[in-house]
Amino acid sequence: MSREETLNELKKVIAPYTTNKDMLSSIDDQTDLIRDLKINSANLVDIIIDAEATYDIEIDYDSADKMINVGTCLDVITEKLSQK
Amino acid sequence: MYNDILKHLPYKSSFLFVDNISELNKDGVTGEYTLREDAFFYEDHFVGNPVTPGVIITEIMAQIGLVVLGIFLIIKENGFSFEPDDVMLPLLTSTEVAFHKMVLPGQKVTVISKKQYFRFGKLKCYVEMMDESSELIAKGMFSGIMKKVDLNNE
Repeated sequence: MSREETLNELKKVIAPYTTNKDMLSSIDDQTDLIRDLKINSANLVDIIIDAEATYDIEIDYDSADKMINVGTCLDVITEKLSQK
Repeated sequence: MYNDILKHLPYKSSFLFVDNISELNKDGVTGEYTLREDAFFYEDHFVGNPVTPGVIITEIMAQIGLVVLGIFLIIKENGFSFEPDDVMLPLLTSTEVAFHKMVLPGQKVTVISKKQYFRFGKLKCYVEMMDESSELIAKGMFSGIMKKVDLNNE
């Protein structure tokens, strides 16, 4: 899966948890999930769990801790996909 | 037999909404509460017609369904050590509740909570409240976290 394909999947994962739909279409690596997309911090857990199902990966506590912006989310997902 | 857990609840008197825990395991909890006829909110909600506010129904469901189960899971996972300077605050992070029936002063309610997941410190449960004839009063999805506050550094 290319980074762009991964990003497109990630947008679908994030969509139910943000009300900032305009911003979602134009997200990049720098987009902060809490600050920019106005996602409540507890919903980051739901995004991680949904991402696990979408990409069929397992995300451990340390990796989850890094998933702050779109770029770090993609890094973690890419890393986990490569370990499969 | 499960009521030992109640001593960990950080509420008292007018905002403690758990009388008894009848079932408690890693997958869920069942508990009861009887609405006090002299509760502070009945005088004003509604004037001359006391009805339990939806926020109180929600709070009863959260205290039994999330806080009791959450404390149980944390104790089970890593032992719950109460440092004198640490305060553990159970914080509600989201709810979505549908209300089916009114609850009147003096009524006894039963709350049944089923764990959806407990990961990265967040507990999410599907919670139902029943009346004494096992009819549904309210149901919904509840999520919360336990936040550790170090009072020396805040």
